[in-house]
Amino acid sequence: MHDIKFPKKLDEEIGEYIKKNKLSGQKAKKLKERILEEYKKRLYYPEEPVGIITAQSLSEPATQMTMRTYHFAGTAGIQVTLGLPRLLEIFDAKKEPETPTMTIYIDKKYQNEAKITKIAGMIKEVKLKDVVTTSVMDILNLVIKFKLNKEKLSDLGIEMKKIPSKVKLKNIDMSIERDTLIVTAKKENTNIHKLRYKILESHVSGIKNISQVIVTKNENAEWVISTLGSNLKKVCEIEGVDPTRTTTNNIFEIYNVFGVEAARNAIIKEAMHTIEEQGLGVDIRYVMLLADLMTYKGTIMGIGRYGIAGNKPSVLARASFEETKKHLVEAAIKGIKDTLEGSVENIIMNKVAPMGTGSFTLVGKLPKMPESLKKEYEKKAKKLAEDREKAEIERKRRIEDALKAEQEEQQDINDEEVREEKEKDKADNEIKSKETKAKNKTTKAKTAKGEKKETVQKNKKK
Amino acid sequence: MTGEIKALGFGILSPEEIRQMATIRIVTSDLYDADGYPVDGGVMDSRMGVIDPGMRCRTCGGNIDTCKGHFGYLELAKPVVHVLFAKTVYNLLKVTCQKCGRIMTKERASLEELAKSPPSKCPFCSTVHKKVSFVKPYSYNIDKKDFDAEKIRELFEKIPDRDLKRIEFVGGRPEWLILTLLPVSPVNSRPSITLETGERSEDDLTHKLVDIVRINQSLKENIDIGAPEFIISDLWELVQYHVSTLFDNELSGIPQARHRSGRPLRGMVQRLKGKEGRIRGNLLGKRVNFSARTVISPDPMLSVNEVGVPEDVASELTIPEHVTPLNIEKMKKLIVEGKASYLIRPDGRRIRVTDDNRGDLILMLDKGWIVERKLQDNDVVLFNRQPSLHKVSIMAHYAKIMPHKTFRMNPSVCPPYNADFDGDEMNLHALQTQEARSEASLLMDVKDNIISPKFGGPLVGLDLDQITGISLLTKSGVELSKEETSDLLAAAGIDAKIPDKKKFSGRDIVSLLLPKELNLDFKANLWSSRNEDKNNGLVEIENGQIKSGVIDKTAVGAFKGKIINSISALGDNEKLRQFIDNAGRIGVAYLMKRGLTIGISDLDLSDDIMKEIRKSVKYAENKANKLIAAYNEGTLKILPGMTRKESLEAQMLNTLANGLNDVSKIVIKNVRYSDIIAMTESGAKGSNINTTQMAACVGSETILGKRIQRGYMGRTLPHFKRGDLSAASHGFVSRGFKEGLLPYEFFWNLMNGREGLMDKSLRTRKSGYMQRRLINSLQDLKVLDDLSIRGAMGEIVQFFAGEDGIDPSKSEWGKFVWENYV
Ligand SMILES: [Mg+2]
Ligand SMILES: [Zn+2]
Ligand SMILES: [Zn+2]
Repeated sequence: MHDIKFPKKLDEEIGEYIKKNKLSGQKAKKLKERILEEYKKRLYYPEEPVGIITAQSLSEPATQMTMRTYHFAGTAGIQVTLGLPRLLEIFDAKKEPETPTMTIYIDKKYQNEAKITKIAGMIKEVKLKDVVTTSVMDILNLVIKFKLNKEKLSDLGIEMKKIPSKVKLKNIDMSIERDTLIVTAKKENTNIHKLRYKILESHVSGIKNISQVIVTKNENAEWVISTLGSNLKKVCEIEGVDPTRTTTNNIFEIYNVFGVEAARNAIIKEAMHTIEEQGLGVDIRYVMLLADLMTYKGTIMGIGRYGIAGNKPSVLARASFEETKKHLVEAAIKGIKDTLEGSVENIIMNKVAPMGTGSFTLVGKLPKMPESLKKEYEKKAKKLAEDREKAEIERKRRIEDALKAEQEEQQDINDEEVREEKEKDKADNEIKSKETKAKNKTTKAKTAKGEKKETVQKNKKK
Repeated sequence: MTGEIKALGFGILSPEEIRQMATIRIVTSDLYDADGYPVDGGVMDSRMGVIDPGMRCRTCGGNIDTCKGHFGYLELAKPVVHVLFAKTVYNLLKVTCQKCGRIMTKERASLEELAKSPPSKCPFCSTVHKKVSFVKPYSYNIDKKDFDAEKIRELFEKIPDRDLKRIEFVGGRPEWLILTLLPVSPVNSRPSITLETGERSEDDLTHKLVDIVRINQSLKENIDIGAPEFIISDLWELVQYHVSTLFDNELSGIPQARHRSGRPLRGMVQRLKGKEGRIRGNLLGKRVNFSARTVISPDPMLSVNEVGVPEDVASELTIPEHVTPLNIEKMKKLIVEGKASYLIRPDGRRIRVTDDNRGDLILMLDKGWIVERKLQDNDVVLFNRQPSLHKVSIMAHYAKIMPHKTFRMNPSVCPPYNADFDGDEMNLHALQTQEARSEASLLMDVKDNIISPKFGGPLVGLDLDQITGISLLTKSGVELSKEETSDLLAAAGIDAKIPDKKKFSGRDIVSLLLPKELNLDFKANLWSSRNEDKNNGLVEIENGQIKSGVIDKTAVGAFKGKIINSISALGDNEKLRQFIDNAGRIGVAYLMKRGLTIGISDLDLSDDIMKEIRKSVKYAENKANKLIAAYNEGTLKILPGMTRKESLEAQMLNTLANGLNDVSKIVIKNVRYSDIIAMTESGAKGSNINTTQMAACVGSETILGKRIQRGYMGRTLPHFKRGDLSAASHGFVSRGFKEGLLPYEFFWNLMNGREGLMDKSLRTRKSGYMQRRLINSLQDLKVLDDLSIRGAMGEIVQFFAGEDGIDPSKSEWGKFVWENYV
């Protein structure tokens, strides 16, 4: 065992306690020794199979989770996926969550409703349809006229003149006449209904994919913005947004913006939140271990066949999970040697898995017997030996009798068996000859029976 | 035993190897001759292994148990593509120069990557590469002309070894992917079974092999007589089909090969893959002997780490004992008493102990013999309930042989197994080696698994009546005389020294069970559930003496019991076990003495209170009606991100839930104290919501978290008008169970119940698959002695396990409470 020291946090806590209670050097040392002794008792035993315990601890509560997908997240009023579907999403390392959502924190300078609302307006994606009041289609001339809502545009701080430049569609002409956007299709056979839809759906301002923004005060009486839809990078670039605290539930976005360490923390936070929201309790160490396993190679790996389980070094481990054929064929082509290091491989080979007590073999000396016991034992042993000797003589005498009896009996049985076998052979032959007769009638096989029978008989004798 | 498997290599068999590992060459498609004996040179040739007991192998001389089987081989008249490698062959064709046979790259690259964008010209001889196409599952075209297996083989033979190394093709030569010889698997890998009628029924593989041999024969004959091209190519195709479906009978693009009955044949791949396949079904999970299964029933007088085993089971299960000079007398006694089932002589012969041979066997018994004795009291056995979701689903118990036919267990160990007694069955395994027995008793004993590694709290603890009993006993005002006290302790089977005093409070009695070192303060379940009664609600334990508070779920219950965790932290699991045993028993014993009963009148409320409740319900309904009116007028407050209808639904649900909440408050405040309340406030079973639903109002029933919407056109049930938005027509049940539900209210209740049922079955499937994936991802991780967590190949996943090295199962709710040692 290596030298055991306190982990940093615990050491600090004890140090603080010693300082607070002004313990003397001797007393502090004693206290530390006492706590260290107890701490050592609580450490993991070497070779403890934490992986299995982790998997069980995480999946057992999953059986009690609801499948009900949507739920309101806090006071914000945004519906987010929770429960088992969300947990699967995290563990599978889905590229995009079903309901991406952000919590945006705002710098102190902007902490009043008007400024926040303005920022929220900048974040929310505005599509052309949000600022159009009516539209008129001229099918003959392939012209669509959109009447724009002036107030809304000024609220959002969008200049009307700039609108044509924001609609990025090919083969159309656009112009602004007072408060109307006039679109003319250049190609003759344009489907004008489709075109209208496309134009209405086009992005005008704000951040793409953020479809809902809600401004609320959180428990610390601080203004925050919650969104449906997520774009961490773009949001953090907006002035007034506090990029140090703003987060998203999209783990891959965090990975791309802040890196793998942040992604690990995001996995822990999201998974823990999902489990605790359901009123279930799991020690955070297990979520941490899974998050570490998902990220220790520098990228995010899911748990399934395209992630950790499907990328194990051992062929047998992979083949026993899923896609058996694929993994075996690939191993054959590459001439792979499986060194049977993991647990499944060893179970397949009928060996003990190399963990827990399976990692050790028992080699040991018998302990020396204490003097006091020794005398007593010798006494007992002597008496035992005497008794046994007596019994032995008796036993030998009777065993001879018994053996004789057994031999006789065996002889009888043998005779019986021989007789039975003979009878059986006879019966068999009868049946066989009957069968052959029957077969001969139906089959056209014309083999030399005599020869075959001889060989068979020979084989039997062997 | 000789040697062990250190590694397993994978590769491609060469024709040479196929020939060498075979004992015979298959020459005929006949299986048996007219006498029913296997034909020499047929696929059931007895030189390829034995399947009949009593027969001997003509190759190795072994019998059915010792002969492992021997391969044969079949010479194919024309080569065929090995279908499992068909994709590889395609990839190779794409990257191999059709002229010089070199792999068309000068760099190292994986075959798959290279084949994704194959070079258009050979870098060695500059020949332009002609387009290769793949016709699934096993044909290829080059330049739109068929490129048959013979030609492929010729081309592949030209590929130099050094080129193959560059593309990581090292399992064998590429031409070996085109079969010229077919290995024929040993007969004991495809045994035939004899039906009752005496008819033989062959294995699927044998059927397939017969087809291959037959068609191959006919192909060969046709080639020999110089038959027309189209006949040969048809037969060649047929051989290819049969060989392919032998390997894999789930190929896309060709029909499955079927049995006469229409059932698809099981190919090699089908044998291996899937849950019932060779790997998951036979290698990773096996059937075991020495196990028993029966219904479970409760017995609080057993300890948590004991299990009552029926005599019938005990006499079937045996444990082998090696006879030594030290135990020979004991063993003889076992034989005399009829407690030994079999004896095994040093020569390995098993003898059944019968009344006739008992006397002789006792005399013959000597050291070196093995006595297979029946299960006895205090034998370590494993006890299990499926589904085995976590490690405490299988734990070690000590057997207690008992009459009757069920396994008996202490109800306190139900929570880890998630067992109840409504017909649950459990499994029991008798351990066969000393190593197994000592590991089981040291690592798997119930008393050492009380604290769950999942959350660091107790999994084993009091449940149901045990909690009701102990909480009633420890309430203020319970006073027992010395006689009553000793009576109670005796009924519970507790052997404790009673101090010499006249009156005992319930807390005094429970304190007798607590270790003297125990000091604790916490809030009882009662505190939050009903009233904030200080005397009963705040638990104070000083030096093992309960000063105040009731002992209920938060003290001794499974998952929550603070006392259980604190005793565990003292470090003596044996004491903890005794505490749980005794606490449970005293709870039940007190309940038997006091009695526990519930009746319909328990939830009677006075007319005034009922009026108040009805008013409250009406008020909520009126509020809901106002929302509907506002919705119809268009003045309803629209919630952000929602449509008008969604806003209405959300607000309706909210209003009705608040209404129910108000009702609940009235009910809980005014309901008479009864044994129902005794159960809910101690946390034994039931909640305030249940009480409210019984006494006053059930509230909204929902489907998918929304008010009930489905039903007929425009309405939920014919009881209502079309377009009715009212609370009652969309799932609100305004009455309580005691008063009785209206006909349509029964529908709401049942719909909700059915949703729960469906949700449960869907959930178990989804989470079951998640568990399999999690286990597969994590199974190789373990803590090393430097407290790092590493995978199978030694790769580090965590440098310091859990960042503090602490095992949650040795913690108190995940924490190391060092303040206890100050
Ligand atoms: Mg049950
Ligand atoms: Zn053999
Ligand atoms: Zn070339």
